[in-house]
Amino acid sequence: MSIHTKTIAQLAQGLRDKEFSSVEITQHYLDRIKQSDLNAFITVTDELAMQQAQTADEKIASGSTGILTGIPYAHKDIFCTQGVKTSAGSKMLDNFISPYDATVSHQLNQADLVMLGKANMDEFAMGSSNENSFYGAVKNPWDKNKIPGGSSGGSAAAVAGGLSCFATGTDTGGSIRQPASLCGITGLKPTYGRISRYGMIAYASSLDQAGPMTKTAEDAAIVLNAMAGFDAKDSTSAEQEVPDYTANLTDSIQGLTIGLPKEFFSEGLDDEVATQVMNAVKEFEAMGATVKEITLPNSAYAIPTYYIVAPCECSSNLSRMDGVRFGHRCDNPKDLEDLYLRSRSEGLGAEVKRRIMIGAYALSAGYYDAYYLKAQKTRQLISEDFKTAFKDVDVIMGPVSPTTAFDLGSVKDPVSMYLADIYTLSANLAGLPGMSIPAGFSNKLPVGLQLIGNYWSESKLLNIAHQFQLQTDWHTQTPQES
Amino acid sequence: MEWETVIGLEIHAQLSTKSKIFSSASTKFGQEPNSQACAVDLGLPGVLPVLNVEAVNKAIKFGLAVNAHINQRNIFDRKNYFYPDLPKGYQISQMDLPIVGEGEIEITVGEMTKVVGVTRAHLEEDAGKSVHDMFNDYTAVDLNRAGTPLLEIVSEPDMRNAKEAVAYAKKIHALVQYIGICDGNMQEGSFRCDANVSIRPLGQEKLGTRAELKNINSFKFLERAINLEVERQQDILEEGGSVVQETRLYDAVKHETRSMRSKEEANDYRYFPDPDLLPVEISDELLNTIRADLPELPVEKKARFVAELGLNEYDADVLTSQKSLADYFETMLDGNEKNAKLCANWVMGELSASLNKNQLEIEQSPVTASHLAQLITRIGDDTISGKIAKDVFKAMWEGEGSADEIIAAKGLKQMTDTGAIEAIVDEIIANNAPQVEQFKSGNEKILGFFVGQAMKASQGKANPKLLNELLRKKLS
Repeated sequence: MSIHTKTIAQLAQGLRDKEFSSVEITQHYLDRIKQSDLNAFITVTDELAMQQAQTADEKIASGSTGILTGIPYAHKDIFCTQGVKTSAGSKMLDNFISPYDATVSHQLNQADLVMLGKANMDEFAMGSSNENSFYGAVKNPWDKNKIPGGSSGGSAAAVAGGLSCFATGTDTGGSIRQPASLCGITGLKPTYGRISRYGMIAYASSLDQAGPMTKTAEDAAIVLNAMAGFDAKDSTSAEQEVPDYTANLTDSIQGLTIGLPKEFFSEGLDDEVATQVMNAVKEFEAMGATVKEITLPNSAYAIPTYYIVAPCECSSNLSRMDGVRFGHRCDNPKDLEDLYLRSRSEGLGAEVKRRIMIGAYALSAGYYDAYYLKAQKTRQLISEDFKTAFKDVDVIMGPVSPTTAFDLGSVKDPVSMYLADIYTLSANLAGLPGMSIPAGFSNKLPVGLQLIGNYWSESKLLNIAHQFQLQTDWHTQTPQES
Repeated sequence: MEWETVIGLEIHAQLSTKSKIFSSASTKFGQEPNSQACAVDLGLPGVLPVLNVEAVNKAIKFGLAVNAHINQRNIFDRKNYFYPDLPKGYQISQMDLPIVGEGEIEITVGEMTKVVGVTRAHLEEDAGKSVHDMFNDYTAVDLNRAGTPLLEIVSEPDMRNAKEAVAYAKKIHALVQYIGICDGNMQEGSFRCDANVSIRPLGQEKLGTRAELKNINSFKFLERAINLEVERQQDILEEGGSVVQETRLYDAVKHETRSMRSKEEANDYRYFPDPDLLPVEISDELLNTIRADLPELPVEKKARFVAELGLNEYDADVLTSQKSLADYFETMLDGNEKNAKLCANWVMGELSASLNKNQLEIEQSPVTASHLAQLITRIGDDTISGKIAKDVFKAMWEGEGSADEIIAAKGLKQMTDTGAIEAIVDEIIANNAPQVEQFKSGNEKILGFFVGQAMKASQGKANPKLLNELLRKKLS
């Protein structure tokens, strides 16, 4: 077994047993990144990584370390990192060296992790294929002609392609779960408010949530332990106790009630994907779970609701990208209006502009009630659906994405692209935790199983996922390397 | 045609918190540009606002002081527009659910008292400052002020002339200082007024089209700007034109207002609830605590001055019109309660006149409240007469010492020794036989002559009451 296929738990053991040093595994990953053509990174922080690895090795030698000490990871380029370019995949921030650390970046530094670099992503996290990055599309390690999913496409490709042990991601409408599914890794989007958003460049504030992207559920639990917690700098972060997410991984799931929303298995879902998902559900039944069909009657409105709420918020969140204090500024502006117009026109990509325009339109006088307010009401109804469902079931399961990874450049129509998020958006709108775990293959491409839990049920989700991974080996599969 | 003026005011009071409304940066005025702006104030990518509870508490204080409804659940919204001194591209403000709902305040203009409605008051952050005259070809941005907490106090269109508007603005100005939520400094921009002015034919119910006057930084300018605007609107309407809804900038130097932007040019601010901030929840407990901690309000103080000190309405109103004035007066009262009326007369008379003449605020008075109080005590206990007291006051103003020191040093103590006064009286009567004759033949007025002579002889120190008694006795 080579270093880059090892989990966090395995690397941590090896580091303690002096099987290898952090410097060695870091160098191993850096070498692999150098040779890789996946375009998974926007910035590789090799010098910083080697420094952090050395420090980690010293700490390991002195014996005072946590489980994450010296583990190399890829950090989505949406998290501000002090002294390191933080671009959010945009030309607008191509020159932005953050003067401060995001809370998540700070937490990961405190855990003595080794940051290999900043992972590629769709510009400002807007996209489902990672084709919206100013730094170019990311390739799917399973088939380099395919998209890795988005917006955390670089993170997913880095983990699946053996370029980092794990990665951070953010999920506003599926941006952790969908790429995790398409790249065959484990991704967790926690309950809204579980992880601080401070320093995470905002796309849609009421939906954005960070989470781990890992090889296994156990690793996800380990990383979540480091990322979760209340942050006084984020008013929307929850003052909710942080349990040890690894504590309940081995609990039995005998008697677990699984809800299958009929709306998640209807028109548009690829047959082969449906089969793999149902096989996974059968596996759970074999493990002692019972299955119940449920209904989420308003889930059909998830896409229109999301594509009002998120653009409205982003149209305002991205106003600070004005070329005045940081970021791209056009050459020789003739006046203030010209400075705004050209800086933003040049600095922002097509999809970002599209969403800003949709949002600005939906919020304008005379349209606010019809769009924004209506969307908020629908959002409430979608949440109510889940509330009702969780009276009867412990977890909801279904597909993550209607299809496996599609060809790079094949989806040109934005609305068709939006349909890729059809099963993931509801959890964001309701603020619920969701996971994607590897559950099979279709045409040699990974298929993910989605788990949606009740609020603050991350421990339970991780437990369910871990139990599945004890019985299956989908998560240990790695793409062939040429 | 006879016109009626309708005025509503929007007052921005800067809340005197140590740190900004959504960040921990200092709010100190007059610092090195951009030295008080942290990552949050700069609107860097990824930063988030965290509400300063002190700002909320101060807004509640105001609400309770104007007897307003407090919205115990209120919401912050984003007001979206682009400007270089607005770092985030939106201002965090309150639109649909402000912290303070409807309230009211009583104003007095001359003999007339009326109640002006407060429509609402909401919390918001201030913008930074664009500096146009510092660099050639460039506009500089100073973000020290960005994120300073403001309470925007919106009145009903209840005022009918500039004097009422000024009275209302002064009332609010005094109130925010009384309750300690704003320093009221108009030069530094801690207290700013915008006036919405319209006119309509007298008797008509429907409001006329209004203009919003901005950039007014003194009460004097407020009055002038409104009068100017009323004239402008009258001229337009009387010539058959119509008033355009617009924002107009008052230029105090040129004494004119000019159009800044019309309604058509106004931004669509695309307000929506700020998803970075939770709704503000105010508990009954907090409300009760703040209510219990409220200081005596001007209206209560005024009533007490009338009821307990026996001052008339007018005096009580003037003395409570500014916190600093009321504080001065109340410091004087300590041990001088029975001389309250005398204290009031001196503060409103001699002291105010001297302050005005020297263009000083009461806080800068060279005569402290306790020194003036001593002077009053000496008038009250007949040590000196009111007339001598004026000389003593002048000496105090010049820094010659306390009242007692000056009285002693200059030997101004009143003559209350009957024998001594009698001697003076006898001498004057002896030396002025013709005048004595006139008095005896019924010319009462001539008494003044004798008083004057006696005062002169005693260097003004003779107790006037004793002197009068003795003169009458000796002359008749």
